[in-house]
Amino acid sequence: MTALLEVVDVVKRFRGLTAVDSVSLSVEDGEIFAIIGPNGAGKTTLFNLIAGVYAPDEGEIRYAGARIDGQEPEQICAAGIARTFQIVKPFPDLSVRDNVAIGAMLRAPDMTAARAQGDEILRKLDLFDKSAQKAGSLTLPDRKRLEVARALATKPRIILLDEVMAGLRPTETDRMVGVLREINRHEKLTIVMIEHVMRAVMALADRVHVLHHGASIAEGAPQEVTKDARVIESYLGMKATH
Amino acid sequence: MKGALSFLTPRSTIALLVCCVALLIAPFIVDRYTLSIILLALLGTYLGQAWNILMGYCGLLSLGHALYLGLGAYASAILFVNYGVGPWLSVFVAMALAVGAAALLGWLGFRFRIEGVYFSLLTIAFAEIVRIGFDNWPFVGGAAGFFLPVNASLSHQWWNLRGGPLFFYYLALLMAAVSLVIAAVLRSSKLGYAFLAIREDPQAARALGVDINRTRFLALFISAAMTAVGGVYLAFWTNNLFPAQILETSKSIEIILAPIIGGLGTLMGPFVGAFLLVPLGSALTDGLRAIGLSAPGVKALVYGLILMAIIAATPNGIWPWLARKLGLEAREP
Repeated sequence: MTALLEVVDVVKRFRGLTAVDSVSLSVEDGEIFAIIGPNGAGKTTLFNLIAGVYAPDEGEIRYAGARIDGQEPEQICAAGIARTFQIVKPFPDLSVRDNVAIGAMLRAPDMTAARAQGDEILRKLDLFDKSAQKAGSLTLPDRKRLEVARALATKPRIILLDEVMAGLRPTETDRMVGVLREINRHEKLTIVMIEHVMRAVMALADRVHVLHHGASIAEGAPQEVTKDARVIESYLGMKATH
Repeated sequence: MKGALSFLTPRSTIALLVCCVALLIAPFIVDRYTLSIILLALLGTYLGQAWNILMGYCGLLSLGHALYLGLGAYASAILFVNYGVGPWLSVFVAMALAVGAAALLGWLGFRFRIEGVYFSLLTIAFAEIVRIGFDNWPFVGGAAGFFLPVNASLSHQWWNLRGGPLFFYYLALLMAAVSLVIAAVLRSSKLGYAFLAIREDPQAARALGVDINRTRFLALFISAAMTAVGGVYLAFWTNNLFPAQILETSKSIEIILAPIIGGLGTLMGPFVGAFLLVPLGSALTDGLRAIGLSAPGVKALVYGLILMAIIAATPNGIWPWLARKLGLEAREP
């Protein structure tokens, strides 16, 4: 396997605060890669760097061998990297169906085709029954699902999932895990996920990358990483004391 | 094109046809005064559709559409009077000028990320600069205005937009119909959905691959060009142009009232709004005169109160409410 997405020594500072401090990681084609770490560790900033919301101050980001850092979000998406937002951003006044069709129209020849492709994804994510509803009227778990559906509709090679399990009940988490695994296997979709729900991380991830205060502190298989002393101290341990 | 009509249910198709037929035969039924009110409403529909594409679909609030109206009107009038260029040719010059102005506005606004109300202020500033410029520019007649010749020998040159009330009535009807078709085609196209995505959430739109700069420019260009065509019509219909009328901010507000009252971002909103507001305006003038209330400002006061009542009753505009009442809601495509 070859690296599909490479982050090399990336640094991002916000007025003196180093949000992402020389992070390097490499995601292989077809992999499910999880990024974990406590709040404020720089996970979402890292996603925003990959997705083109920010340009890194230092370092490089490569996708399929070509540099993408500094490109605009719409270019990154067109290149094949889709993302979801941690704070969901549905198009509230449009129907669920139109929301997903807008994702699909990136690669569909016209809206009829886009709608047909969108409907297929809505079925996969158990949202088809709600396709006529306005996105603004959905419950939070459904909005999370819509966020994933819309990103999938752009037919990406890599999807960046920012805490899509948060707020889901365990059964809903398992359902989402099932859907993601199926898409990963059958459509060879590479998944990079920021996730706090360890149940999902353990079930899905091939490898886990741990960030703390903007820096990488560990990387490896889920079972190894969760035994790492620094990870337990900084993240898992801290969680246990809550 | 076929997809553009997919929102029509059998019921709403019939309603639309009835409206079309009524408007087509209106000149043979109603008197001249009523016909002129319908004509104004049709023009209001047309301009409202043009503005609605920008605000209702793409979420960009322009409070300076008088700029494109004025540029279109003046360009065609000046080309006709000074250079003998007919309106069928000058209409393209009018559109090009409006698009040029829109390009400058858009470049400033989008390049420097001037969003929301600040963008609206920019649109007012552009319109005001041009109005003040025209007020003081002798070549365009300055504040004293610019006039087209009204003489009987020209009155049947329809190809030069010289004609009687009937000619202008059907031309306004045609323009209103075409604007509805343009809006419907856009609304069902990828471009139209890109407009909606930007209106709803620009950041999410970008993450889904929508090039928001390009899309916003297109919305602005379409809207400006359509408005300029309305300006050409106004020039040849009224035969006189004054910066203080056609380029005034109050003109911009007049354009936007119909789509807002009728229903922002809806296909029928501008039509419903214009056909309510124009007759309301003239009925108020007549009514207040009849009961002897002709003090200045009374009409504006009553008009404003009625607008407030309508907005309070139907905050999303009249059309969404009316469509529900009449069972004319759009069908899922």
